[in-house]
Amino acid sequence: MAKKFLNTITIITMALAVLIVSAFGLFSVNLNELMDKWQHGIRVLVYLKAGVSDDNRRTLEDQIRRLKGVSGIAFISKEEGLARMKERIRILDAILADLDKNPLPDTFEVSLDAAFLEPVRIDEILSAIHKMVSVEEVAYGKVWLSRFTGLMNLFRVAGMAMGGLFIMAAIFIVANTIRLMLYSRQQEIEIMRLIGASDHFIKMPFYIQGLIQGFLGGALGLAVLYGLFSVASIRIGEYLPIGIKGIRYFSPMMILSIMASAMLVGWIGCYLSLKGFLKR
Amino acid sequence: MIDGEEKLPIIRMYHVHKFYGPKKALTDISLEILENEFVLIGGASGAGKTTLLKLIYLGESATEGQVLVDGMNLSRVSRKQIPELRRKLGIIFQDYKLIPDKTAFENVALVLEAAGRHRRYIEKKVKSVLRIAGMDEKAAAFPASLSGGEQQRVAVARAIVGDPKIILADEPTGSLDPDSASKILALLNRYHQKGATLVIATHDQELIRNAGSRVIHLDRGRLDANP
Ligand SMILES: Nc1ncnc2c1ncn2[C@@H]1O[C@H](COP(=O)(O)OP(=O)(O)OP(=O)(O)O)[C@@H](O)[C@H]1O
Ligand SMILES: [Mg+2]
Repeated sequence: MAKKFLNTITIITMALAVLIVSAFGLFSVNLNELMDKWQHGIRVLVYLKAGVSDDNRRTLEDQIRRLKGVSGIAFISKEEGLARMKERIRILDAILADLDKNPLPDTFEVSLDAAFLEPVRIDEILSAIHKMVSVEEVAYGKVWLSRFTGLMNLFRVAGMAMGGLFIMAAIFIVANTIRLMLYSRQQEIEIMRLIGASDHFIKMPFYIQGLIQGFLGGALGLAVLYGLFSVASIRIGEYLPIGIKGIRYFSPMMILSIMASAMLVGWIGCYLSLKGFLKR
Repeated sequence: MIDGEEKLPIIRMYHVHKFYGPKKALTDISLEILENEFVLIGGASGAGKTTLLKLIYLGESATEGQVLVDGMNLSRVSRKQIPELRRKLGIIFQDYKLIPDKTAFENVALVLEAAGRHRRYIEKKVKSVLRIAGMDEKAAAFPASLSGGEQQRVAVARAIVGDPKIILADEPTGSLDPDSASKILALLNRYHQKGATLVIATHDQELIRNAGSRVIHLDRGRLDANP
């Protein structure tokens, strides 16, 4: 009875530790990926003045293409822009349907070389484009990007700190439940030694128990996280732009390593509690 | 030497003293017990019989003097080597020391598991030893549900299951009726016949008179030459 209780407590603590650490991990992995996709597909939108002639437009296109750091340029007419917008944001469909005048400008979509994705260099490119004739406005989500990066770094540090704390708590609790179990089985252990059992033989069941606790705790934590993840991914899916597929759960490889780490935590807890105990 | 009957000492004590804190339990004990010998250790309650046995299995270590068991100098035995010593021994404890939440079978089997024997061998051997001890029908019983005599027989079964070189028995007939007592002694004697060294601590005067073997007599922690 008492044994069951200790076991349950240990497994739940372990599950909590796994849940919290992996939640941060999962968030960070997804955010990273999102950032990655976004950065690689980074676009500068160059809005043209109304009524620019085809010739002027082609001149502008050549000028932009020659800029250092520009890797591609595509023209999106205002008709095409409107179609795209309708496709992306469905609710607008109804509103835009009976609009007699297209409010969008002609646009160049300029992609940048990954090597130029530094705020300073991007600024250079942007102001160069801005100064060109026929350009009405240049749009680029720079502020967004830098704020996002800062937030992410903060998040990562917080996650690591919390994770570390919880891993330590898990080790501590495993060590103590195992120690309690050792005390409750002291007589048995003493008898085992008297009939010739080695320390190794006596310790083995405790290590196995620690590993099992780690395994069950890990599985429970990941299962709960998966549940939360499923709910969250439905919610988040509604807000994501069409191009991005949505958030992902851990890869099988990651799941394996998390399970292995949880088992390692169980093992370390055992090691710590057994270390002093068997010395007579 | 001439007829190959010469026996070597398997247990030796040289000027052994044992203190429990300030309390002196054994004083200047020197003795030899030969291979395959059957020795009784007699003496009143508190004379130091259990203590003497403890020094042999390193349940306690001598405060002074040397104890040698089957070539091992116990004052130089490291903690790691203790299992090796104890696997040479089959010990019957005065208070049985059965593990309460293991069955009779599991208690006996533990010795062989600890010695790393194969499961199939353990199964066979434990069954046969329990049969010899007359406990095969109660193999699945837990110690608490066994009578004192039955627990004693499980303890004996556990002591002999590993085919030890030396059997140390502390009051193996302690609280038994004469019939059960003689059964236990017959059982131990059988292993003595097969070559084990048998050391029995007892204050049972009748046993000492009838055994017809050497008696090491203790009197308040000293060897008593003329009991
Ligand atoms: N762990 C201990 N701590 C302190 N004193 C002890 C301890 N064990 C035994 N003694 C003392 O040492 C003396 C010898 O004890 P021991 O148990 O060896 O006697 P014994 O001959 O086996 O007695 P009995 O026939 O009652 O079993 C006794 O006076 C006892 O009180
Ligand atoms: Mg005694």
